[in-house]
This record gives sequence, structure tokens and C-alpha cells, in this order.
Amino acid sequence: MRKAFFGILALASLALAQQTITLVGAGATFPYPLMAKYGDEYTRLTGGKVRINYQSIGSGGGIRQFLEQTVHFGASDAPLDDTRMKEVRDRFKTGALNIGYALGAVVPIYNLPGVREPLRFSGSVLANIYLGRIKTWNDPTLQELNPNVKLPPLPITVVHRSDGSGTTYVWADYLSKVSPEWAQKVGRGTSLQWPVGVGGKGNEGVAGVVKQTPGAIGYVEVTYAKQNNLSYGAVQNKAGRFIQADLPSIKAAANVPLPGDMRVSLTDTAAPDGYPIASFTYLLLYENLSVNKAVKSEAEARALVEFVKWVLTEGQKFNEPLTYGALSSVAQQRALALLSRVTYEGKPIGKEIVGR
Amino acid sequence: MKRLYTHFGDRIFATLLLLLALGVAALALLMAYELYRGGSLALQRFGLLGFALGREWDPVVQKTFGAWPYILGTLIVSFSALLLSFFPALAAAIFAAEYAPRWLAQVINFLLDLMAAVPSVVYGLWGIFVLAPWIRDKVQLPFYMWAAEQAPWLVPILGVPTGYGLMTAVLILASMIIPYTAALARDAIALVPKEHREAAYALGATRWEVMRLAILPLARGGIIAGTFLALARAVGETMAVTMVIGNSHKLPYTLFGGAATMPSVIANEFTEAVEDLHLSALIAVGFLLFLVSMAVNFTAAYVLRRQERLVKGVL
Repeated sequence: MRKAFFGILALASLALAQQTITLVGAGATFPYPLMAKYGDEYTRLTGGKVRINYQSIGSGGGIRQFLEQTVHFGASDAPLDDTRMKEVRDRFKTGALNIGYALGAVVPIYNLPGVREPLRFSGSVLANIYLGRIKTWNDPTLQELNPNVKLPPLPITVVHRSDGSGTTYVWADYLSKVSPEWAQKVGRGTSLQWPVGVGGKGNEGVAGVVKQTPGAIGYVEVTYAKQNNLSYGAVQNKAGRFIQADLPSIKAAANVPLPGDMRVSLTDTAAPDGYPIASFTYLLLYENLSVNKAVKSEAEARALVEFVKWVLTEGQKFNEPLTYGALSSVAQQRALALLSRVTYEGKPIGKEIVGR
Repeated sequence: MKRLYTHFGDRIFATLLLLLALGVAALALLMAYELYRGGSLALQRFGLLGFALGREWDPVVQKTFGAWPYILGTLIVSFSALLLSFFPALAAAIFAAEYAPRWLAQVINFLLDLMAAVPSVVYGLWGIFVLAPWIRDKVQLPFYMWAAEQAPWLVPILGVPTGYGLMTAVLILASMIIPYTAALARDAIALVPKEHREAAYALGATRWEVMRLAILPLARGGIIAGTFLALARAVGETMAVTMVIGNSHKLPYTLFGGAATMPSVIANEFTEAVEDLHLSALIAVGFLLFLVSMAVNFTAAYVLRRQERLVKGVL
């Protein structure tokens, strides 16, 4: 009798466990609105069986929680670097997957009274402005790029993010590629030792200072610029075209040969119609999900892979309405190929679910 | 049962009190220890002194971390704000407690309490959108232009007049801490026994002399306590300062140019500090901030105790 009772109890709790699985993720703040949308839609789609709990604590925190295995997946604006990849291999005897699922772009915003048409910038001009070499708006190099604009002799006030940010990483990554001096003196990172300028906290801090300061230049996420109707400049890409960031040109930035592990910087893209300051934002998964202490059962592991697969396919349609770049077909294939490598206790659940 | 209770009740109560009191002290120590442990990677790499006095903070290229720009920034900003806010706050307190008619005193008290209740992020927003542009256009630019022509030696001290920098941060912070100094000073003045005033008046003292000779010396303890509370608040203030200070740790600091403080660098860089050394350096800054706050509090306690002795001498 008692045995039967416990049996029923166990079955009931199993059924209950099957009813709701909560996938916990933590990381970058930049994709938070998108993640929230994915979570809502996916929960609706599964009839409430799978819930997504995403905590936007920043990329640094996301990577740390991922390594401490308190979350099912991490999220970061930059892929794990070689040291971190090696650390994962050494500590857990499995690989970490960096799966790009959306693209972001960073745009230059400025405040020039009387100038209506969007300004054109080149990489080296942006780098020289941020290095403090170009000090006024009517500098000949800027005038040369904008022959039809009457640029005022205003001093340039450089504005940058003061808080550590994936936006800064992408911006600095681009400047490092187009300016050897920037690469050597400042480099790429989420917090930098800035040669000049005023630091504003957050996108809103940078935008606020730029709005209030005639002659200021700053950089923000394109999402933020669009939602707040900020005008922003066009940037010359590698092919020589001036491109003002929009969804097609951000998507096109990833239309380049991608390495198998997707750990690639898309800035200064070779794609002829791609916007040059774009980047992936990533989900972090363990290749062998059984090493992740946060994944407690095969059901959870399967739910996680199903969810990521949905994000990479169906879910992509939610990217553009929220002004995030969607994956190009090349990038989507790469991402799915990465996901198919996931295993759980030796079972190739990634292959089964992705279907290849 | 009852005898047991009378016998042990007091002891149980005393033990409980002791445990809770020790718990509070232990919490403070644990916090300091945890901060030290979290920052030990950076502290060991650079040494406590090397870290505290290091002038370079470069998380990317050289990966060296020195907290000196932030310590200096914190000290400059909080002491300047204190200096700037002290006399207006004291004046408001004296006026509200002694001079103003009752209704006006109530209005002043209400406004002071309101100032203390405004969240610091609101002060910050006001700083970004109102104060900083105003200071730039009405104070910094004219002064900078004048200096450029008449006194070129001033220019490097003034720095770039963008509106977002040391000066704006000090002004914002000063207005944020006024209510702390003022409220405690007001209460201390109100607590001075009536007899002291009456005695002074009876001797023919003017209002100012009553204030100077009979009231302020007795209220001094409360005034100083309020000042230190304000200072502690200024040292730890994060949000409003971060939003307007310009966040540049390039030394030397200039009057108009950007600066940075210990709380501001922690708030700025903590979320995205990916590398262990960087994170550890930020926690070590927190540890130093803890030490600085502790030093401020100990000084406050010391000064207060000396004051109490002085006041007792008067009485």
C-alpha cells in the first residue's frame, strides 16, 4: 500500500516536473528585451511547459555564472576568448559553444546645430576623433568626407560609455581594426583607458550628454538610437561604401565566410553592403551538457536544446521588430551546426533535435 | 517556573542582546574580510600600497590597476562638497530653529526633508539635463574664454569646459548632503536648554551673541555629527556622481574636466568586468573605500568625544 502510494507520488511529481521546466540564463544586458520576447513567445508556444528565466546581469556576470554552472546557458556580447575556452576544456573536459543568435550594431551619434543631412565617417576619422587627434568639426579630413555639408568650427566633445559594456567592446574592436595606433594604445575591451572625452553611464547617459552638448560625438546601440529617434552618421565599410546602419545592412555584415566555432568579430566586415560596426551576441552552452551542474535531467537538457533551436529558426522573426539584426543564412547554418554538437550523457541529443 | 524565570530571564535577555550586538560587529568584519579576499588577487599582484598609490588603471592593454585616481577623486569631491554645503546648511538650520516664524520654519524643514528623500538618480538626471549645460554655458565657457585671453596660466587648471566634470559633481553632491547637515544641526540647536538663551539675553547679549556664545557651543556636537554623516554619505554616493562627473581617471584632475571616484568606478565597471584581475581590482577598490569610510567614522567618533568633554566642561 505504502509503496503504491509513493509510486503514485513519484509519478505525480515526475509529471509535475515534466509540466514546467524553467531554463535559467544570465548575461548581457543588451539582448534583454529580445530574450524577454523569446521567453514569452516560447512559453506560449509550449503551453507553459517551458519557462525562460533570463537575468540581465551583464556579460561579465553571465560568463562567470556560466563557469560556475548556476545557469543553463550564459549570454555574452563577446565570445569567450582563447583563455576562457581553454579553462572550460581543462576544468570540465568539454568544449564551450558560442552560439550567435542576433546581431547588434553601434552607431555614431552627434550634435551639430544646423547640420541636417547624416554625416559620413570613415574608420580612421572616427579613430582619430576618439584618440583626440581631430579636435574640431571643420577638420579637413572630415570636410573631405562630407563635401556638401558646411561643417562648423566647433570643438569636438568626445563622449564614451563610462560603464563596462559590450557596446564599448564592439566600438573599440572596430577602431582597433581600422587604426593601428588605437590597437596599440587603447585596444579592445568592455572598459578602456580612454585618451580623451567625457564618460556617460549607459546608452542613455551617452545620449543625454550628446544631446545637451553642441559639438559632441558619441556612440550607442542602433536599437537605442532608433527607439529614441536619434540621428546617426553613416560609416564607410571595407568595400568603400558609406552605410547608415539599418536592419538589412546589419544582417549583411554576417554574410561573410564564418569560422566553424562562430567566435569571430564582424567589425570592418568584408561584405560589400554590410555595416562595419556590427557584431553577434552570443549564447554560451557546454558541448557536453551533463557536466553542467545546473542541468539536472535529460528532459532539461532536451528542453534547452529545443529552445535554442527555436531561437535560431522560428524565433528569428522576433529579432527585427525589436531592431536586432537577424541571422543571415550562412550564420544560421553555422549556429545550428554548433548546436547539433550538444550531447547529454553520451547521447547525441543535439543531432537528434536539430535533425542533421 | 516563575522563580526560574526571575532567575534566568534577565540573563537570557542579556545574552541575546550581546549575541545580536556581536552579530552586527561580526557582519562589518565579515564584510571587510570578504572584500579583502575578493580583492586579494589584485592586492597581491600590486601590493596594498602599490595598488592604493598606483596611477594607471588600464584593464585592456597593460592590465595594470592602481586606485589612486579614484581615491583622490573621492576625497576631492566629497570634501569640497562638504565645505561648500556646510555654511548654507548651518545657516538654514539656525534660521529654521531660531529666526524664522513657526510656519516658515515648518516649510523649510519640510523642504529639507524632501531634499533628503529625493533619490540620487533623480539628482543625476537633473545634473545631466539642467545643471551641467547651465554651468557650461553660464559659468565655465565665459570664465574659460576670459582666462584664455587674460590669464593663460589658468587654462591647464581649468580644463575642458564640457559641463560634465569635477565642478558639476561637487555642486550636485553639495546640494544632496545639505539636508543631512542641516537636519542634525537644527535638532541640536533646538535641544539647547532655554535657560542658556535666557541667561544670555538677561546679560544683554544681542541675538547674534546669544547664538555665538550660548547656543552654538552647546549644539556643536550635533552639528559635527551631522557634518560627518553628510561626509560619509558624500564618500559613498554613487549614482548622481557617476552621471555627471565625466568618468575620466586621467591625472591631474582639472576644475572643469572629468574625474572619477571609487564608488563610480565600481558601479561603472563591475557588471562587465570579465577578467579575474579586473574584477578583483574593483573589489579591492571596494575594500579601500571601506577603509576610507572607516577612517572617516573613527575621526568623527574621536572629534565627537572630545566635543562632549568640552561641553561638559562648559556645563
